[in-house]
Amino acid sequence: MSNREWPLWEVFIRSKQGLNHKHVGSLRAPDATLALENARDVYTRRSEGISIWVVESNYVHASDPSDADSLFEPSDTKVYRHPTFYDVPDGVKHM
Amino acid sequence: MKTLDLQELEKRFQEKVDKEIKIEPNDWMPDEYRKTLIRQISQHAHSEIVGMLPEGNWITRAPNLRRKAVLLAKVQDEAGHGLYLYSSVETLGADREATMDDLHSGKAKYSSIFNYPAVTWADIGTIGWLVDGAAIMNQVALCRCSYGPYARGMVKICKEESFHQRQGYESLVTLCNGTPAQKAMAQDAMNRFWWPALMMFGPSDADSPHSAQSMKWKIKRFSNDELRQSFVDATVPQAEILGLTIPDPNLKWNEERGHYDFSPINWDEFWQVVNGNGPCNKERIDARKKAKENGMWVREAAMAYAEKRAMKKTA
Repeated sequence: MSNREWPLWEVFIRSKQGLNHKHVGSLRAPDATLALENARDVYTRRSEGISIWVVESNYVHASDPSDADSLFEPSDTKVYRHPTFYDVPDGVKHM
Repeated sequence: MKTLDLQELEKRFQEKVDKEIKIEPNDWMPDEYRKTLIRQISQHAHSEIVGMLPEGNWITRAPNLRRKAVLLAKVQDEAGHGLYLYSSVETLGADREATMDDLHSGKAKYSSIFNYPAVTWADIGTIGWLVDGAAIMNQVALCRCSYGPYARGMVKICKEESFHQRQGYESLVTLCNGTPAQKAMAQDAMNRFWWPALMMFGPSDADSPHSAQSMKWKIKRFSNDELRQSFVDATVPQAEILGLTIPDPNLKWNEERGHYDFSPINWDEFWQVVNGNGPCNKERIDARKKAKENGMWVREAAMAYAEKRAMKKTA
């Protein structure tokens, strides 16, 4: 039976027009149609959403947490990418 | 990649936990942390699902349409809570179906409270007020659990649970302001559920072997006895407003401690119920097994249909 288990789906909800879809959790369903219907029942019982995405979990590729340093550390050292790095004379406006 | 020895990994893990940095599914974690969480979260999920049984039994017998709609929504929430939790236990690499099989075989436990029957309508209000009230006390503390997916699930569950407690209390207000027979029914429910509700917080700290490690890992934030005391302190004034008597002759305010004192708990009863000898243990597990077995053909048919449609698409 285990090989016939329903696949796992990741659920993303847009809470209102103008906002991104956001990951809210996962569920099991036999196909995309039922995954959407189940997601409605499981994750939007109190008007939490106006749009749902479901993605089969198998298709999500994630970065490895042990690579976090090499991936993200370089951007931590580049403070000059932020506007606050630069001094401008007093009295300069609209900048 | 550098290879790190186990001790170093454990040290870094504990440092993260101490700094209140959440642990996420793909992060390194000690095997025992993973095992503890799988056990705790799956048993929490089972409690939500088994918890639907005593209340579901009353949906068709609710006294009016409003109460029926409310009870239906509450039971549906419990199903949802079970599903959030099964989804978070899967992030730890546990197999959802296997955790359910552990429930059915008796290997995994669930909250002992659901082994007590709901015999009158007043029990439904009392369950909402006391049982959900006790669950909220536990779950609010779990919102700050060190494991990210569990903590996030708890935040969502707590938001939803507060309706559960309030609807129960409201239903009891109605009964307590009703006929003498209705008031007596509410008192009877209180008499039966008070002690089992206090037992929901689990064994006393002295007899809770995993507690210290769970506190260190910040899975738990407060001890069983601390949470139980908070629950008693919060609930006594609520009972007074209802005009119900708490079935404990030793219950009284202790000015010095700033808490209510109460009688010792009957731990023999607690362990009897946990170990399968409560009034409804067998009935609850049988109902779950029957649901799984009788629903098997539906799940298989849905899978077969999905596979067939997928094949047609590629053909």
